[in-house]
Amino acid sequence: MRMSGKTIKVDYLARVEGEGALQIKTRGQQVTDVKLRIFEPPRFFEAFLRGRLFSEAPDITARICGICPVAYQMSACHAMEDALGARVEGPLRELRRLLYCGEWIESHALHVYMLHAPDFLGYEDAIQMAREHGEIVQRGLRLKKTGNEIMSLLGGREIHPVNVRVGGFYKIPAQHDIAALVEKLKWAREAALETVRWTAKMPMPNFERDYEFVALRHPNEYPLNEGRLVSNKGLDIAVREYDQHFSERHLAYSNALHSLLNERAAYFVGPLARYNLNFDRLSPLAKQAAREAGLEPVCRNPFQSIIVRSVEILYACEEALRILERFERPEKPAVEVAPRVGTGYGCTEAPRGILYHRYRLNGQGVILDAKIVPPTSQNQKTIEDDLWKFVPPRIALPIDQLQKQCEQAVRNYDPCISCATHFLKLRLEHE
Amino acid sequence: MPQKDKPTLAVWKFASCDGCQLSLLDCEDELLAVASALQIANFMEASSSVIKGPYDLSLVEGSITTPHDAERIHAIRRASKFLVTIGACATSGGIQALRNFKDVREFTTIVYARPEYIETLNKSTPIADHVRVDFELRGCPINKRQLLEVVSAFLNGRKPNTPPHSVCVECKLRGTVCVMVAHGTPCLGPVTQAGCGAICPAYDRGCYGCFGPKETPNTKSLAASWSSLGVTEEDLVRTFRGFNAFAEAFRKESDAHER
Repeated sequence: MRMSGKTIKVDYLARVEGEGALQIKTRGQQVTDVKLRIFEPPRFFEAFLRGRLFSEAPDITARICGICPVAYQMSACHAMEDALGARVEGPLRELRRLLYCGEWIESHALHVYMLHAPDFLGYEDAIQMAREHGEIVQRGLRLKKTGNEIMSLLGGREIHPVNVRVGGFYKIPAQHDIAALVEKLKWAREAALETVRWTAKMPMPNFERDYEFVALRHPNEYPLNEGRLVSNKGLDIAVREYDQHFSERHLAYSNALHSLLNERAAYFVGPLARYNLNFDRLSPLAKQAAREAGLEPVCRNPFQSIIVRSVEILYACEEALRILERFERPEKPAVEVAPRVGTGYGCTEAPRGILYHRYRLNGQGVILDAKIVPPTSQNQKTIEDDLWKFVPPRIALPIDQLQKQCEQAVRNYDPCISCATHFLKLRLEHE
Repeated sequence: MPQKDKPTLAVWKFASCDGCQLSLLDCEDELLAVASALQIANFMEASSSVIKGPYDLSLVEGSITTPHDAERIHAIRRASKFLVTIGACATSGGIQALRNFKDVREFTTIVYARPEYIETLNKSTPIADHVRVDFELRGCPINKRQLLEVVSAFLNGRKPNTPPHSVCVECKLRGTVCVMVAHGTPCLGPVTQAGCGAICPAYDRGCYGCFGPKETPNTKSLAASWSSLGVTEEDLVRTFRGFNAFAEAFRKESDAHER
């Protein structure tokens, strides 16, 4: 019997950050091949970081990604401070958390409203969606803007902030400017609640898998800057043990390396992973909003990540408000750091998931070697695995409809392809 | 639905971080107005809808780093009536142009286990090295006010107003005390083009040159001032080899301090 074969080909994935393509081959009821191909050209950050000063890493690595520069700055700072034996505590630590909340709000609102919602509601983009849902798109833009306002005030500008340094900041903004953010965030908190309710009503494809979720876990905070790396399948390690548990693999069809857990292969990072591993660390309001949206403390449907992302926007607004309302002015904008020989490790929760940095420094503070593992390279294999399982039950759909649903499934991860092409040194090779 | 009477806008990406095109989406208050004045015909980061060229206005982000991209930019030029490069990557090669000072094969083996899978050119080059460019917008990232200025100038058939003077002028306009004179903080402001709003000095740090060289920059004189503040030759090389390392004035100055 001849079996009919189809190829789903998306030559240029839209509404993701960067350049990627998707190819799925099927034969009969079976999927025979899935390739998420990243053709974004490599930029070699790890190579040219060699020979640069430790103090330059936050500004240089920010340029890996215009969507989540704060994540790069934070992971770089934490790794450098680890190497140099410095600790940033108290009000300075709170301000870093505030800045990161700004990036989460901005990045998540962008993804929820402008990149992902059009899939659920049947539009090609948010501008088209705005013709019928003008107020909703306006709310999304204003929410995004509130996140950007935190970044502008604390960072100097929204994209590639200039105020972050190893040890803290260059300058602490004036008290009245900080206070002016409070009213805006109160509005944003309400808008975030509305966002959770709005996304909860979206039609959700029925799809679940038994994932290994990996995220940071902190003794008493929802994780942003610090914590241990944990999973729902037994991983529980310090950040500095990362390289012993994870490896990267270089495949011919992609300029992004696949990151895998040595013991169990593919894993899942990002909002869904954080939520599943840290539900108990969310604020009461965020927990309640999640429950009212029909989410359990464990959620295995990646399409529901749009709701979880909205819950995280709500959490970030509340957390930013908490920090602003209790703000105490730090005595100095930064703690002193002095160069010394060492290796430092940093891992923080970028909007899309854990972002790992490792640097080796000489006595003058010059970088001898750098390793950066962005969230998207960690999710690549999981995205492909999803499609292997997602397509067969839907194989009878008209091809354009199936293609749209597959693209939507990729966007569940908010892939940032610009990030994913700046890898890492690797140990494993494709056999 | 395509509306033929509106000019069409296309946004293109080469090697970059996406930040400059994100600046368009960061115009939260103006985005819907821009979308009503222009037909967004090709903007992959924002929309799955793609309308075939030619395009009235093309915004190009990123630098040329692969043989394929060196071909693609010519096709984009042919399909574009007015082509504007946005950001440091597109106008000077970007931070990835640091490869231009090294052996790219060594870079590939540092980052990738299987360098033979990677197709890359020896140099990261600006768009203007490959095709005619109608206007260049500076910055790493670009300033969104300047982006809106370029778009409205285009819509009104006038030249964009983006001053070529130095960041120093912006500090004066903003009332920021000179960090170099008053605090002895090394600053690239005197040789860097304005446009950011002089953010770094307002945050108590020196400018690091992300808008690239201003017109007629005296980098030699500035480097001498930096030396008198105790900055080493190695640090001068690093300073000029930043986000606009391959812009001619900065490249020559960094070469002059390399031993």
